[in-house]
Amino acid sequence: MADGGRIPPGQPLVQVRDLKMHFPIYAGILRRKVGAVKAVDGVSFDIMAGETLGLVGESGCGKSTVGRALLRLYELTGGSVVIDGEDVATLSSDALRRKRPTMQMVFQDPQASLNPRMTVAAIIGEPLDEHTDWPAEKKTARVYELMDQVGLNRRFANRYPHEFSGGQRQRIGIARALALNPKFIVCDEPIAALDVSIQAQVVNLLEDLQDRLGLTYLFISHDLSMVRHIADRVAVMYLGQIAELSPREALYARPLHPYAKALLSAVPEADPALEATRQRIILTGDVPSPANPPKGCNFCTRCPVVMPVCREVEPKLIEVETGRFVACHLVSPNNAGGHASPGAEVREHNQQGENA
Amino acid sequence: MTESVPPSAPPSAPETVSAAVARAERVRGPWADVWAQFRKHKGAMLALITLGVLALVCLAGPLVWRIDPNFIESDTVKMFKMRNQGPSLAHPLGTDQLGRDMLARMMFGGRISLAVGTVAMLVAIFIGTTVGVIAGYFRRLDGLLMRLTDLFLALPLLPLLLVMMFLFRDSIASTLGPRLGTFLLIVLAIGLTSWMQAARVVRGEVLALKEREFVLAARSIGTPSRRIITRHILPNVLSPVLVAATLGIAAAIITESVLSFLGLGFPPDFPTWGRLLYDGIAEIRTYPERVMWPGIAISLTVLSVNYIGDGLRDALDPRIRGR
Repeated sequence: MADGGRIPPGQPLVQVRDLKMHFPIYAGILRRKVGAVKAVDGVSFDIMAGETLGLVGESGCGKSTVGRALLRLYELTGGSVVIDGEDVATLSSDALRRKRPTMQMVFQDPQASLNPRMTVAAIIGEPLDEHTDWPAEKKTARVYELMDQVGLNRRFANRYPHEFSGGQRQRIGIARALALNPKFIVCDEPIAALDVSIQAQVVNLLEDLQDRLGLTYLFISHDLSMVRHIADRVAVMYLGQIAELSPREALYARPLHPYAKALLSAVPEADPALEATRQRIILTGDVPSPANPPKGCNFCTRCPVVMPVCREVEPKLIEVETGRFVACHLVSPNNAGGHASPGAEVREHNQQGENA
Repeated sequence: MTESVPPSAPPSAPETVSAAVARAERVRGPWADVWAQFRKHKGAMLALITLGVLALVCLAGPLVWRIDPNFIESDTVKMFKMRNQGPSLAHPLGTDQLGRDMLARMMFGGRISLAVGTVAMLVAIFIGTTVGVIAGYFRRLDGLLMRLTDLFLALPLLPLLLVMMFLFRDSIASTLGPRLGTFLLIVLAIGLTSWMQAARVVRGEVLALKEREFVLAARSIGTPSRRIITRHILPNVLSPVLVAATLGIAAAIITESVLSFLGLGFPPDFPTWGRLLYDGIAEIRTYPERVMWPGIAISLTVLSVNYIGDGLRDALDPRIRGR
């Protein structure tokens, strides 16, 4: 372990290289392996210490799988995940257990991620039971400290999860993730199951904790506005691969990958004047099955600006501008943004179902 | 419910913090809550008292009611006069076909029946839960263990029990003595042949539970499998286990009486509730009370155990607690 010291901000805390997570498909009488769902297929990115990397994409594109694979909740099919100097993908189970305190997770459904038969104190204290041999009083004191940190009243310590609202339950989940002073937290759609009014509270709590404790987040979400609010850099995933990875402002101002453009064009605008001029790019067709992705670029079946080369050659994720990585044949370091207004792009102003 | 205090609670002075810790109640053990809720379940409390009284009478009764349950008048004329008497002061529950005191026989029989029922149920639940949890949690062992369960389910149980008793009774009785030997053999035989339902139910529950996010959360914390099972899986499969257990006691008492009836359980002169029941059945038209006493005792036990299980299940589920 990196001698307990924190990696200075700006240095990568998490380095993911060519992460692959394939789930085998068995079929037939003999249950033979006939294929694999390529949930994550060759994903590489870094997360700098102290930053928040947003991970967005539509349902089923492999966002959550990336998050879980990073903490090795699945056995990886291939690739490496170096967190704080150690490759999590190859650690022995003993070493992995000792590594667990550095990396924690906040789950999507706060109802499902808390054991209904344990009290709040027992839930928050479970990491302490597993990784420390503190006496009971010290553990209790730490549990109370954590409850203060996430804004839970201490009197709730003996209550059970079903007695809380969704936001409070998510606070319990956050307190549990914080118990062992982790450096890196995977937030797997932590706000997706919450009321909009509560979402802001939880996100602000996460930001507040990041400032105070110097945490590094992987923030998985399909809420593009919320990602814009919290993330420093954003990775857009499509069908198990990263389409574009850019700093937040650059991505939201000028997305480069056609899929990122389509995705971001769906974000509603608060200002009615701007909203009226918003150009929505409607993609046609469905996402191909991850068990049988198309040859060449994964997006070629739905891309509005598809070229013949896209159906043959798989584009690599390359740095096209400083800090901006795009996997598209149209975007290269020479002509980054060169096709910013291509004529082929289907531009229409409509809501879904409006243009009847 | 309102959202709680904002995270930026002002840092208070040390003495207020320690005072707050002292005031904020200690982290209670879970059992205090369970008992508090159990007491609210009237049926369960009544059943607990009933079962307690039954057990107490069976255990301590013979110390007060000092008639030998196997005492038969040696004088044949007296013995014939004593047969099949109705309730009287000398024999509150009457006498049986050999003039033996029914109350004493009921008390001694109760000891055996309750012990057999409880221990056989524990054996069956232990095996069933273990098999079910392992099969559900470790996918690799699932097929093997479930086929084993199917195998046991497919066996005709009564003939199997009879063969087991026939083969092993004498050898075990010779090493451990006839009473303890027979008891152990019966308990093990019943336990070994009645765990399958529990195993199936538990496996199903475990399969569903282990996909829940709190189990994933425990794994992300680094909790090893054995503690995930004891801390997260077992408490959540408690309800079906308790239901299986309460039904198991009843089934065990009945099975024991069947074995005794077929002459392969306890020796014929050895009273158990099931034995008394079958002895009385031959003369049920003439002396119905001879069937009623053991019948009532068995029914009360089974009913009590069912209610206790019901109350326990409610008390152990925090979501139901407090209603």
